[in-house]
Amino acid sequence: MIAMGFDNVYESIGEDNDDRHWAFGTGFSETLSGVEQSLPIGIDVNDLAAYCLMLGDDALVMSHRLQEWVARAPELEEETALANIALDLLGQARLLLTRAGVVAGSGMTEDTYAFFRDENEFLNVRLAELTDADFGALMARLFVFSSWRLAILKRLRASKDQVVAAVASKGAKEITYHRDYAAQWVVRLADGTDESRSRIVAGLCALSPFISELFTASAVEQRMLYAGVAADLADVRTEVVGVLLEVFSEVELEPQVLGAGYCALSARGGLGGELDSIRSQMMGEHGSGSGREGILMGAIALAEMGEHGSGSGREGIHTKAMVELLGDLQSLARSYPGATW
Amino acid sequence: MPTSNEIDCGFEAQDSFDAAIEDHKRIEPRDWMPEGYRKTLVRQIAQHAHSEIIGMQPEGYWITRAPSLRRKAILLAKVQDEAGHGMYLYSAVETLGADRAELTRKLIDGTQKYSSIFNYPALSYADVGVIGWLVDGAAICNQVPLCRSSYGPYARAMIRICKEESFHQRQGYELLMTMMSGTQAQRDMVADATNRWWWPSLMMFGPPDGESPNSAQSMRWGIKRHTNDELRQRFVDMCVPQAEALGVSLPDPDLRWNPERGHYDFGAIDWEEFRQVVAGNGPCNLERLRNRKKAHEEGAWVRDAAMAYEKKRAGAASVATSGPPR
Repeated sequence: MIAMGFDNVYESIGEDNDDRHWAFGTGFSETLSGVEQSLPIGIDVNDLAAYCLMLGDDALVMSHRLQEWVARAPELEEETALANIALDLLGQARLLLTRAGVVAGSGMTEDTYAFFRDENEFLNVRLAELTDADFGALMARLFVFSSWRLAILKRLRASKDQVVAAVASKGAKEITYHRDYAAQWVVRLADGTDESRSRIVAGLCALSPFISELFTASAVEQRMLYAGVAADLADVRTEVVGVLLEVFSEVELEPQVLGAGYCALSARGGLGGELDSIRSQMMGEHGSGSGREGILMGAIALAEMGEHGSGSGREGIHTKAMVELLGDLQSLARSYPGATW
Repeated sequence: MPTSNEIDCGFEAQDSFDAAIEDHKRIEPRDWMPEGYRKTLVRQIAQHAHSEIIGMQPEGYWITRAPSLRRKAILLAKVQDEAGHGMYLYSAVETLGADRAELTRKLIDGTQKYSSIFNYPALSYADVGVIGWLVDGAAICNQVPLCRSSYGPYARAMIRICKEESFHQRQGYELLMTMMSGTQAQRDMVADATNRWWWPSLMMFGPPDGESPNSAQSMRWGIKRHTNDELRQRFVDMCVPQAEALGVSLPDPDLRWNPERGHYDFGAIDWEEFRQVVAGNGPCNLERLRNRKKAHEEGAWVRDAAMAYEKKRAGAASVATSGPPR
């Protein structure tokens, strides 16, 4: 007979405390328990469902890109942080996609939305789907994405849709941490080594064609704003510009780093007089209250005129990166029809 | 050459160490300990930490491909836990004077090992479930006794790790239960994965007692509580009824209840396969180390930047403290 110090392998785990309720499936409360789930009166359900999909797809797709970093982050602390952020966004996505299905009354679930829609049915902004050349590019993108999403969620806490308001309320707390994490890395990389500075600048520059889309309301968003459901993207833009400038100032990053015009000019080596003239135009156009703010606003405005300015993720138009992303996300679920997981 | 610690403490220190072990008291980082005890623990805990980090790879592959968002969240949280376990364990081993960066170098250059189980591939989503059920199950059998390890920081880390591991094991088993009630294709996947992982799981307990040279000393020191064969038997006894409840058969024609022993008998393990995998010839040894090395190298500029940034800030702070030159 083998003498073991315990009859059940699990028994001795709880020896130092009385918490024996750690077992799978216990001790969790429903995220939305106590939240009013009925549909708000006088709201177009198709618009509301589409708006939930937009917010949900942003989170789902950004989470996917973060998941790709698992087991390849530069340090263990970053492994846990990135996975945590990915989990938070995935949680938000699940609630919002579920809400879209309930609102539309279509019988669609979080899974049918995630796995059985085609590329042109996804409504996320294209910034969420981009691949990241390196950790600097990821931090640049996460910083802009989190600053933008936080500004939206803060406003959605007062949304007329109680579920959207509840998700936003929980999500804003999570994204406050994500933004702080990414901002710290932007600062660290910009003020680290010459290499890290050039990589974070390159990361920010690469985003420029996809910035204006963040602040351009689609028809659905405009109607939902009018109905008291959606966030006002003009307000969101003001907040995001303030946040970006604060962080950029910390490490002397030029605000036009995010402007398509600036990047296009840099690529051609045409800096100098040409940029100065654009800069002065921007200053004139956006007032003289704050020079740096004017420049960033102008950079965003310039980006709107760039070649990527037409079409947007909100209309189901995506980059090539999205096709690969969906192949990865959906292939297993689609390979086993009728399976239960 | 004795360390100053040994000279100061002399035989008294050895006596009080021996007494602490005898009384099942915990040894703490500042307590005197024999060099062999320290070295053995460093090797054991580092190997465990490395296993957590390498162990993120086989399942990590499936995160972006998970077949439902619920399964995706479960798997992502699990793989994140493994990174967390690596962190606690590297912290525990640092209390013994080791350095995480140095240990990482030893993992990458192959001078320190990780559990050879992770050199097998995870070929389908059923593998995610079977890794939870069998691999985490075997890890729990191995590790729960270590919650009573004589070395305090390791024992405390193991309590939390074992709680999370048992959570993972149940989640894995629950996935398999769900798949077994699904389509025939899903049941076939579970059977295939079980067949591939069963024998490697039994090998996780290490070589037979007769061929495990360090076991006796480790047991005297209280850093190993049961022999490899005892733990392996315990695992088999646990798994057989679980397999029956699941409705899968374990790939061993010699597996049967022995009423005289009060345990299941099981077939001979292919120790040559084990030796080959440990020696670096498993199906995924190269890939696992190559991936780890690549991630480490690609992250070097980030770690350098963080160091440079901290140095600049520390410099700025010291200038601020000392005030402007007069």
